[in-house]
Amino acid sequence: MAVETATSVVHPAGVTPGLPGVATDFASDKQAFVVPWGKAMMWIFLLSDTFIFSCFLTGYMHVRISTTVPWPNPSEVFALTIAGKSIPLILIAIMTFILISSSGTMAMAVNMGYARRRGKTAALMLMTAGFGATFVGMQAFEWTKLIVDEGVRPWSNPMGAEQFGAAFFMITGFHGMHVSAGVIYLVIVAMKVWRGDYDRKGNYEIVEIAGLYWHFVDLVWVFIFAFFYLW
Amino acid sequence: MSAKEGQQHPIAIYLWIWLLLFVFSTFSYGVDYFHLQGLLRWSLILLFMFLKAGFIVAIFMHMQWERLALKLAILVPPLCLLILIGLMAVEGDYTFLTRSESFTKPETPTAPAHGTSSAH
Repeated sequence: MAVETATSVVHPAGVTPGLPGVATDFASDKQAFVVPWGKAMMWIFLLSDTFIFSCFLTGYMHVRISTTVPWPNPSEVFALTIAGKSIPLILIAIMTFILISSSGTMAMAVNMGYARRRGKTAALMLMTAGFGATFVGMQAFEWTKLIVDEGVRPWSNPMGAEQFGAAFFMITGFHGMHVSAGVIYLVIVAMKVWRGDYDRKGNYEIVEIAGLYWHFVDLVWVFIFAFFYLW
Repeated sequence: MSAKEGQQHPIAIYLWIWLLLFVFSTFSYGVDYFHLQGLLRWSLILLFMFLKAGFIVAIFMHMQWERLALKLAILVPPLCLLILIGLMAVEGDYTFLTRSESFTKPETPTAPAHGTSSAH
């Protein structure tokens, strides 16, 4: 009996045994979520990204709690002097509005996609990418101002706790990278929309999936804005 | 809705959420602009943050119209981050106390060797 069981694993009828069985099991047509697989995969990717950004923000929280040196006041660090008047956080506020607007145009693009309006979908996506590129440009300006004019470094800064620079460059840098990647992603999908790929394929899911990524980038900014700039 | 392909909703709802996000952002910027401090500042920041995040996920990312299985699969796992945040807050407080105790008092004999960099 014991000798027999080692070699005679009982297989239900119609399934492949052994290593090829592993492949067919994993590749078999089983669906957990009633959404296109690409959308489920994007959601799972975004879930993992949530953990990455949460770890950064939690790390930032920890160094800010644990430092004995006063934390630089972001309201003053990120103030801009416009027409001789210093306005707190104004650049960051404008960046926030730009990113929200890009989310708005992206939502409209998804809507137009499902309505099969090819030209409008592509135009709205390119507009979204344009807002994204503007955001990254303003971020580059912000970094330059901080590094060149104010002497902020990842290991030191003239305003207070040394950890400020490390947390700032790490968190906003990673977010900026996500925005940049998103701009490229959106431009590629917009070109395909424009070419009519999704009309031929008969569905515009890809636009919604790209939209999920873009809204997530906006979502992360909501948390960075609250915890890093306002807190 | 199920007869139609994908997520199709009236365009007005997106425009309303867009407007709402603008309003909430203006409010949270106002928290800083008018120098609100203390508990009021923190609670308002968190309130506007969660409202914005909620509307983005629910409407823009269409989570509100997805099936419960997908909602749970995506929204429940991040809750374990609360444990990480709690632990790190406790740990951060402990580190702060230890640093205050050991590194910020110049009369402590071992302080100069370890403490110069972190105490500025």
